[in-house]
Amino acid sequence: MNLRVWLLLLGAVAIMSFAAMVLVVVPAALLTEVKPSPGLEPYTASEASGRGVYIREGCMYCHSQQVRDTTITTDEARGWGRPSVPGDYVYDAPHQLGTMRTGPDLMNVGARLPDRRWQLLHLYQPRAVVPWSIMPSFPYLFEVKAQAGPDDEVVTVPPAWAPESGVVVAGPEAVALVDYLLSLDHTQPLAPTEATPRAR
Amino acid sequence: MTPPESPPAGTAERSALDFAGREPALLCFVTAVFWLLVGSIFGDLASLKFQFPDWLADSGALTFGRLRTAHLNAMIYGWSSLAMLGVSCWLIPRLVRQPLAWPRLAVGGAMIWNIGLLSGVPGLLAGATDGLEWLELDWRFSDPWLVLGGAMVGGALLRTVLGSKVEHLYVSVWYTAAAFVWFPILFVIGNLRVYTGVESAAVNWFYGHNALGFWLTAINLGAIYYLLPKVLGRPIHSYQLSLVGFWAFAFFYSLNGMHHLVGGPIPTWMITTSIVASGMMVIPVGAVAVNHHMTMVGRFGALRYSPTLRFVVLGAISYTAVSLQGIFTAFVEVNRVTHFTQWTIAHSHVGVYAFVTLTLFGSIYYILPRLVEREWPSASLIRWHFWLSLGGIAAYVLALIVGGVLQGMALLDPARPFEESVTVTLPWLAVRTVAGLVLTAGHLVFAWHIALMLSRHLRRERRLPPWHEAQPRLYEESG
Ligand code: HEC
Repeated sequence: MNLRVWLLLLGAVAIMSFAAMVLVVVPAALLTEVKPSPGLEPYTASEASGRGVYIREGCMYCHSQQVRDTTITTDEARGWGRPSVPGDYVYDAPHQLGTMRTGPDLMNVGARLPDRRWQLLHLYQPRAVVPWSIMPSFPYLFEVKAQAGPDDEVVTVPPAWAPESGVVVAGPEAVALVDYLLSLDHTQPLAPTEATPRAR
Repeated sequence: MTPPESPPAGTAERSALDFAGREPALLCFVTAVFWLLVGSIFGDLASLKFQFPDWLADSGALTFGRLRTAHLNAMIYGWSSLAMLGVSCWLIPRLVRQPLAWPRLAVGGAMIWNIGLLSGVPGLLAGATDGLEWLELDWRFSDPWLVLGGAMVGGALLRTVLGSKVEHLYVSVWYTAAAFVWFPILFVIGNLRVYTGVESAAVNWFYGHNALGFWLTAINLGAIYYLLPKVLGRPIHSYQLSLVGFWAFAFFYSLNGMHHLVGGPIPTWMITTSIVASGMMVIPVGAVAVNHHMTMVGRFGALRYSPTLRFVVLGAISYTAVSLQGIFTAFVEVNRVTHFTQWTIAHSHVGVYAFVTLTLFGSIYYILPRLVEREWPSASLIRWHFWLSLGGIAAYVLALIVGGVLQGMALLDPARPFEESVTVTLPWLAVRTVAGLVLTAGHLVFAWHIALMLSRHLRRERRLPPWHEAQPRLYEESG
């Protein structure tokens, strides 16, 4: 009798180990050779901490970071950039590829929207720049001060969204987050061999 | 043809078997319902954010991204997992005719699991997340508790199974016992912090998909396989089919995960493997569907009398539905439209709500009276709960399927501005919010009913005899 149970449990473990071998262990071995895409640099300290804010606030639940295969999607035609390759992600842990596009793909948002002031205002109040937006506002990443200090990044908020008095200044986390967003630029063309990594 | 469980045991034997598992099962059910309510509130708030994006925006704890995460984790690791632990503590002893081994270990395990959630879920609101979907709970102060607590409950259950002397292992035992070795392996692989880049994505979906399959699905299929024949008083249609269903399920399901990354930046052969394995899922899904249907055929009238059966049959149908939807979604032609849209959210709710949650409701309706030896106080509360659940989930899923397809078609046409992909979903997201509130109302009814039942139990009010045991077929609800 016990033998049956042991057989069942061993069979169960064997199947799961096989699947883990195919989908985790073998790919891990293959993907160790991945080289960073051309022009890709490790994150600076500020960008890395901005990435932490991105993860913490769950931007991933509305934004993808992957431009999909042009043969089956129109991502590239939409202006989101060339299809993403493993080399684009070598500095990312954990990954933020995402599963939802309530908002646009952000793989190349740094190249598409490089204006810091736009980014800061958009985070403070998305509807101040994009009236139809349903993106959350993140006012708690900003401070309202009576007067801006010498090193402060001031956000120019349209009157409809501005606080009654004082100026809106980017907090350190908003600054880092924007540094991170602007670093998202994977637009450099790939060497011809890298452009088709899927054929492997 | 085999009997639904080993040779018929007497009422006294069954109560004795239920007895040892009583405390852990009750503890799991009560805390599961607590997390169900908590998770409902998070879900409703997150959904309302689509209508009121500037509402409750001043505090990070209530931002959409954190509420959504807290909702998912409260529902998966709180409600579903705890309810499943409770069902297992009750079901396994019955099936292997052996009282639960080490019941105190199981009680301790359930408490420790809850400790992991009590620190992990508020932690998510405070911003402590591991940043991977389905694996967000903090690896320092939440995951270790879940591993320890799960191991304790699982240890008690596996000990029970290994110590049993029955000749025949019913299919529910395969699913349940296997789940308790599969899930720990998966949870540990998923939470290791050694992956970077696309490998992190691949492991994320290896885990995410398999947690659904080898934890949520396995245990709930086990429960359906037990409850359908049990309530109907008729054996499961075919032993051979359940055998095929089980092993084909294990083999193909475990290779499915990469279909979450169709068209994405991982090697094509991985995605192709998963698409093919997803297609092959028709074999186990078909086997289970035919088996369950043939067991029910001619007995659908019984649905009127047994609330358990109503919930469980709907759960079983939804299992087929969610599997077919999943297979369909894995195909590139469909995936290119639906992948990054609300369709995915609809799909996950067909799975975790219409299949898993309804099955767990049905199981609790069956099990709880046997644990406290007292009937449910009110048939009309059960009816309310049933119709709120059914109406709510139907509206929820239909709204997001329609909204998701519209969103996907807008996204796929580069001539249409991105704005359209947002505006077409808005009415459907509003329907979803209403549907979510309806589901929450159902949960409140359910929780209230359980509270009523347990408070009478604790006050030792007059008990009804456990007559449903003497007459295990179809029974009328008491008034
Ligand atoms: C509830 C979903 C949601 C969440 C959460 C969310 N966004 Fe957005 N985001 C949107 C939507 C919808 C748009 C398009 C409308 C707009 O530009 O505001 C958008 C647009 C953007 C854009 C402009 C992209 C472009 O190409 O126009 C950026 C940058 C952005 N979001 C960054 C973020 C960051 C950073 C976070 C996390 C702090 C975040 N978003 C969280 C929904 C969301």
